[in-house]
Amino acid sequence: MARITLDNLAHSYSPSPKAEADWALKPMSLTWRDGGAYALLGSSGCGKTTLLNIISGLLRPSRGRVLFGDRDVTDLPTAGRNIAQVFQFPVVYDTMTVRQNLAFPLKNRDLPAAQIAARVEAVARMIGMEDTLDRRARGLTADAKQKISLGRGMVRQDVNAILFDEPLTVIDPQMKWELRTQLKALHREFGHTMIYVTHDQTEALTFADEVVVMSEGRVVQAGTPQSLFDAPAHTFVGYFIGSPGMNLLDAEVQGTTARVAGTTIPLGRAYQAPRGRVQIGIRPDAVRPSAEGLPFRLIRAEDVGHHRILRGEVAGAPFNLVVPEDQPIPATFDRVALDPTRIGVFVDDWRIEPLERAA
Amino acid sequence: MTARRASIGSAVVMTLYLMFLLVPIYWLVNMSLKTNAEITGTFSLYPLNPTLNNYRVILTDPSWYMGYVNSLIYVVMNTALSLAVALPAAYAFSRYRFLGDKHLFFWLLTNRMAPPAVFALPFFQLYSAVGLFDTHIAVALAHCLFNVPLAVWILEGFMSGVPREIDETAYIDGYSFPRFFTRIFMPLIASGIGVAAFFCFMFSWVELLLSRTLTSVNAKPIAATMTRTVSASGLDWGVLAAAGVLTILPGALVIWFVRNYIAKGFALGRV
Amino acid sequence: MDKPVNNRAWFLVLPVLVLVAFSAVIPLMTVVNYSVQDTFGNNQFFWNGLGWFQEVLESDRIHAALGRQLLFSAIILAIEIPLGIFIALNMPKRGFWASLVLVLMALPLLIPWNVVGTIWQVFGRVDIGLLGHTLAALGIDYNYVNDPFDAWATIIVMDVWHWTSLVALLCYAGLQSIPDAYYQAARIDQASRWGVFRFIELPKMQGVLLIAVLLRFMDSFMIYTEPFVVTGGGPGNATTFLSIDLVKMAIGQFDLGPAAAFSLIYFLVILLISWVFYTVMTAQKDTP
Repeated sequence: MARITLDNLAHSYSPSPKAEADWALKPMSLTWRDGGAYALLGSSGCGKTTLLNIISGLLRPSRGRVLFGDRDVTDLPTAGRNIAQVFQFPVVYDTMTVRQNLAFPLKNRDLPAAQIAARVEAVARMIGMEDTLDRRARGLTADAKQKISLGRGMVRQDVNAILFDEPLTVIDPQMKWELRTQLKALHREFGHTMIYVTHDQTEALTFADEVVVMSEGRVVQAGTPQSLFDAPAHTFVGYFIGSPGMNLLDAEVQGTTARVAGTTIPLGRAYQAPRGRVQIGIRPDAVRPSAEGLPFRLIRAEDVGHHRILRGEVAGAPFNLVVPEDQPIPATFDRVALDPTRIGVFVDDWRIEPLERAA
Repeated sequence: MTARRASIGSAVVMTLYLMFLLVPIYWLVNMSLKTNAEITGTFSLYPLNPTLNNYRVILTDPSWYMGYVNSLIYVVMNTALSLAVALPAAYAFSRYRFLGDKHLFFWLLTNRMAPPAVFALPFFQLYSAVGLFDTHIAVALAHCLFNVPLAVWILEGFMSGVPREIDETAYIDGYSFPRFFTRIFMPLIASGIGVAAFFCFMFSWVELLLSRTLTSVNAKPIAATMTRTVSASGLDWGVLAAAGVLTILPGALVIWFVRNYIAKGFALGRV
Repeated sequence: MDKPVNNRAWFLVLPVLVLVAFSAVIPLMTVVNYSVQDTFGNNQFFWNGLGWFQEVLESDRIHAALGRQLLFSAIILAIEIPLGIFIALNMPKRGFWASLVLVLMALPLLIPWNVVGTIWQVFGRVDIGLLGHTLAALGIDYNYVNDPFDAWATIIVMDVWHWTSLVALLCYAGLQSIPDAYYQAARIDQASRWGVFRFIELPKMQGVLLIAVLLRFMDSFMIYTEPFVVTGGGPGNATTFLSIDLVKMAIGQFDLGPAAAFSLIYFLVILLISWVFYTVMTAQKDTP
C-alpha cells in the first residue's frame, strides 16, 4: 500500500495539443493518503476515467508524474504497479468457475496453492458467494458477475490501491446499497487505498472520505463531503452536489451587502469589491419563506417525504427552497429570506473568501 | 518493449499471409500480360514484353465479353430477387411469432446445406420443362436456392437490432405497412441490406456448376466460357489468364465499396 | 424476446416459400422420384423400392469417395480453423491498414470457383507455373497430374488459400466485439498472452467459430468445381470427392436412379454431421 501523488499531471489524446480544449486533463496536482477512500466525481466526459486509467497505467500521461509512495511509476506498465481495478461492466472469465476467477490474479503471480485457496475462501465470504464457488461464471446474473469482479479486485492483499470505475452502473438499485455498504465495510476492515469513480453524487458522498470533483478535465474541488456541501469552491460543485443544487443569483456585492434584483440583502461578512461576473450562492435549505427579503415566485411544490421542495424563481433565475416536514409553509408568500452566514460569493464561477474580519 | 516486438511479429505474419494470397493472383496477372510464346517459351517473373493483346481479344469478341454481360445480368437479377423476397420474410421472422416459424426458419437454412451437385440434374430437367433453359432468369432462380436463406438470415439479424418501438410509433403516426417499411424501416437497416446484397452477389458470381448446367449459348456465364474455350482452342494461356483477371475485378470493386460493413456483417456471424 | 403472435405474418413469408418451393422442393421431389424408380429408356419408369439406396450404400466406389471426402474435410478443418484464428489475432485492429488487409483478404472469396481452380492449375504446372517451376528447381519431384499425393497437396493448399480468409474474417469480427476492459483486466491480473487467448479471446470467439466450422465443413463437403478444374478427380480416382462422383454418375453416365439415391444420402449425411457439430459445440457452450 502506498500514498499516491499526482505531480503536475496533464493529458491530451492528440499528439500535439494546441487549444485548451485538446487537453482531456488539465494540469493538476493531488496527493492521496495511504488507506484513504476517495471518490472522483463528475459528469460523463469530465476526464475522470482518463485520470483513473493514468493511475492504473493503462494510459501514459502527456505531462507530469505519478508516484506511489516515493517511487515514480509514470513509465511502469499496469502489471508493475500492483493495483487492482473494477470496471463499469462486469469483466469475468466466462469459461472459468467463480473459484478459478477469484484465484486467477494470484495464480498468475505464482502464489502457493494453499495460500490461494485460503485467500479465495476469504474473499468469497466477503462477497457472499461461498455457495456458488464452483459454478461456471457464464450463467450468472450481472450482479453476481460484478461481485466476482469486486472479489478479483480484492483478492490480492498487497495491492497499492483498488480502483473502481463506476462499478455499480449495471447493478439493481437495492443491490447497490448492499454492495456499497459492503465496500465500505471492506475498506474499514482491510484499509486498502480505494479510488472510486462515479457520476452519482450519492455514491461518492456516502463512500468516500474525500471527494474530488472534476469538470471539463479540471479538478474543481477536493474535500470532505461536508466541505463540498458547505463551501463549494466552484459554482459547478454547488450545482452538482446536493439535491436540488445550490441556488445561484447574479448580484452586485459591496462590502457586507449584496444587491439582487433591486433588493439589498446582508452577507454576514465583508468582501472586497470583486470584478467579473459576480454571483451569490445559497443552499436551498438555508432559505425560508418570509414577508421580506428577495421577491420570489412559486411555481410548484414537491413533497418528497422527509422534506418539501418549493420550486420557483427569483428575478427570472430558478430558485429552490427545501422546507422540513414539520415546518409550516405560509399559504401565500412572495419573498424569501436567506441565512446570511451561509451565502457564498462567486466571481467568474470561483468562490472568493471574505475579508478577515466580519463587519 | 514486448508490445513493439509483438506488433512486428503481427506485421510479419500478415505480410507472409498476404503474400501467400496474392502471389498466385499476381501470377495470373503476369501471364495475362504475356504472349503465348513468352508464357510457354521463357520462364520470367514479370512480362518481358508486356502486351494488352489478350485483353483486346476478350473485349472485342462477343463470344467472350457476352459471358461477362450474362454473368452480371443473372447475378444482379438474383441479388434483386433474393432481397425482394427476403426482406418481408426477414421482417416477419424478426417481429412476429407465427405457426411453424421456427421450423420454417430452420428448413430455409437447410437449403444452404444442399450440395449444388444434387440439384444440377433436377434443375436442368425442371427448367427445360418450363422452357426457361438457357435464360438468365433460370440461373437467377436456381441461385436463390442458397442465396435466399442466406439473405433472410443476414437481414433477420440486422432487423432484430432495430427496436420494435420504432414500428409501433410509425403505426401510431398513421403509416401504412408498405410506406413504413420502405420509408422508415429500410433506411434503418441500410447497412444490413448492403451486407446481404454483397453476399448474394458474391455467391452468385462465384458459382459455376449450376450456371453452367442451366445454360448453353444465350446466357452462358463467363466462367463457363473459359472452361469451354480452353478445350476448343488448344490452350490459349494468355487469353485464359486475362479472362480470369477480368472475373476478379467486379468482386474487388464490390469489396472496396462495402469494406466498412463487411466486418459488421461477419460480426453477426451470419454468412 | 416476447414477440407478438401474428399468423398473418405468413403473408410476408409467402414469397420466400413460393420461390424456395420452386427452386428446392420441386427439384428435390424429382430426385426422390428418381431414387425409387428404374428405367430402360423411352421415359418408361417402374417402381424399384429402396433398391437404389441399397446399391448405393453397398457400393465400394461410393464408400471410397465418402472416405476421401471425410478425410478431405477433416484436413481442411484441421488446417483452416487454427490458421484462421491465428491470422485473425494478427490482423491490424483499425485504420487504413485494417481496411486494406480486409479487402485483400476477401479477394480470394470473390473469385469464381473455376477461376480459383484455373489459378492453381496454372500456378502448379512445372512448365509455366511459379509454384511447380520453383519446386522443380529445388529438385522436388512434384507433379499433381500423376502423383496422388501431390494432387491432394495442391487441392488442400488451394482450399486453404481460398477459404482461410473466411475463417479469419469471422474470428476477426468476434475479436472486434471484445470490450477493451477485458484486455485491461487481464493486464491487471497479469495474465500471460496464452491466458488472454485461452480465457478471453477464445471464449468470445466461440459463436463465430461455430459458424466458421459449420460453413467450412458444409462447403468443403460439397466441393466440386475447384478440384474438378485442377485434377478432374484424378489421378485415377484419387481426388474424386462426393460431388465429383455424383456429377459423373448423374450427367456423365446418366444413371439417374443411383445418382438420385446417392444425392439424398449425401444431403442427409451433411445435415447429420452439421447437426452433430452444432449440438456438440452449443452443448459445450451452455454447460454451467
